[in-house]
Amino acid sequence: MSVEKSDIEKIAVLARIRIDEGEIPEVVNRLNDILSMVDKMQAVDTSAVEPMANPLDASQRLRGDQVSEINRRESFQAIAPSVDEGFYLVPKVIE
Amino acid sequence: MHSKSLTELQRGLATGEFSSRELTQHYLDRIQHLDSHYNSFITVTAEQAIAQAVAADQRLQQGPQQALCGIPIAHKDIFCTEDVKTSCGSRMLDNFIPPYNATVVEKFNSAGAVTLGKTNMDEFAMGSSNESSFYGAVKNPWNTDCVPGGSSGGSAAAVAAQLAPATTGTDTGGSIRQPAALCGITGLKPTYGRVSRYGMIAFASSLDQGGPMTRSAEDAALMLNVMAGFDPRDSTSLDRSVPDYSATLGDSIEGLKIGLPKEFFGEGLDPKIAQIVADAVAELESQGATVKDISLPNTELAVPCYYIIAPSEASANLSRFDGVRYGYRCEDPLDLFDMYTRTRQEGFGEEVKRRILVGSYALSAGFYDAYYKKAQQIRRLIKNDFVAAFEQVDVILGPTVPNPAFALGEKNNDPVAMYLEDIYTISTNLAGLPGISVPAGFAAGKPAGLQLIGNYFSEQKLLNIAHRFQQGTDWHLQRPPLPGHSITEFGA
Repeated sequence: MSVEKSDIEKIAVLARIRIDEGEIPEVVNRLNDILSMVDKMQAVDTSAVEPMANPLDASQRLRGDQVSEINRRESFQAIAPSVDEGFYLVPKVIE
Repeated sequence: MHSKSLTELQRGLATGEFSSRELTQHYLDRIQHLDSHYNSFITVTAEQAIAQAVAADQRLQQGPQQALCGIPIAHKDIFCTEDVKTSCGSRMLDNFIPPYNATVVEKFNSAGAVTLGKTNMDEFAMGSSNESSFYGAVKNPWNTDCVPGGSSGGSAAAVAAQLAPATTGTDTGGSIRQPAALCGITGLKPTYGRVSRYGMIAFASSLDQGGPMTRSAEDAALMLNVMAGFDPRDSTSLDRSVPDYSATLGDSIEGLKIGLPKEFFGEGLDPKIAQIVADAVAELESQGATVKDISLPNTELAVPCYYIIAPSEASANLSRFDGVRYGYRCEDPLDLFDMYTRTRQEGFGEEVKRRILVGSYALSAGFYDAYYKKAQQIRRLIKNDFVAAFEQVDVILGPTVPNPAFALGEKNNDPVAMYLEDIYTISTNLAGLPGISVPAGFAAGKPAGLQLIGNYFSEQKLLNIAHRFQQGTDWHLQRPPLPGHSITEFGA
């Protein structure tokens, strides 16, 4: 499988990464290099193989629904680009 | 003082031969005078280090302390350090001052270790050369025209150049073992789940694992004694007891069954490195080990499998960098979409963006089964190869990397060529197994590494074999030339 310009434009939106028009051909080439390398996998019959998400096939550990951390809103907000009265500020979404 | 092992430093501190403050100042001076040649540190925390050293000296005066009390180390800049910049090698986090410590950092602090600073790395740990760092490439202390390997290149170079006696690293596809091999030091990637990932900035969560980077296996055991253990804050941490990794270092390896996978000795391996590995095997045989040829038939699928799994997980993990809560935000965003997309365009470097795009593609509607699910199935086949191998042998041995350190810039424009350098290390991460790289010789005047891969939770055994190897050889005791001097005595 390979990608072309329109695929890259779509993926860039999904990934929320701006790519300047002039850079797209280079990105297309690089991604196709990688995709042609990984395509080696397609030749292997894996129809009977269970996908493996965790190397030890462990499942996510759950904990009791109890408060275990203290509220550190001020120290978390101190490193944010823009805050006001405890809120994180972003460009206006609703006019 | 900078030529002493951790055990020797521990003894020197305990007997009062030198104080932690003197030792720490000595290393800070070395960093100040020498690191301009290597660029192995992003941040040096001199003031904090002296304060920690003074506190350690007080503890040491009260009697015997934990092994690393008063000993200076450095952390890869991927481990969050409270009130100290943690950049992950990225412009995105150039202004990030974490409000908390990673569990690994917390453990070293509690043991009384001193933090000299934060070491350079490939951006978000994505790279095999340390050239993708926002802070510039690290230079290999053995040859400053060459890469130190990556992604833990700064941690490896700092130990090799004796700017720190030991450092921490992380390994997602070889990022501890490969730079350890290229810089002539010892690097251990533990079993997945052995060392807490809490506060370790995530790249590929099902592969990432922290570990020690040191001069010797003996030092690595002391470091792992501090690092390993269950952490309720890491949902994939394993609740298993931690043995004393130092206690069994000297055990006999008589009767040890070593497997040599034929796939690790094929095309692409530098013949000189093949010879170095053969010499290492002979050393272990002389100590009573036996050798068996084995096969890991799906080895050639490891790099393709990894370059779907790792970018896919990375694309999910790195979605958190949105310019809202911390880190970089672009200037004057037009609207929310412009803020997200331009923040990420400007904040991430080329390799990171490339991997996020690959991951986004592999996970997108219509392609998930062909790429991500397929890679997860191949991953099981790779794991099964190892399971079958460990029914026949105790440990698997081979080269860590196919070639010695390449020149800075050499593979920068060919990502796939760079990816293939990790062919011997990647399958270990996919399977979740522990692996260690130890210095085993020189090819073209540059260090070459020997890799040992063990079964799950066999770190003790790996350190034992590596230590026995280092008892019979002195490759780990070789030091790079002073900056500006060339090396001739280990010529090709």
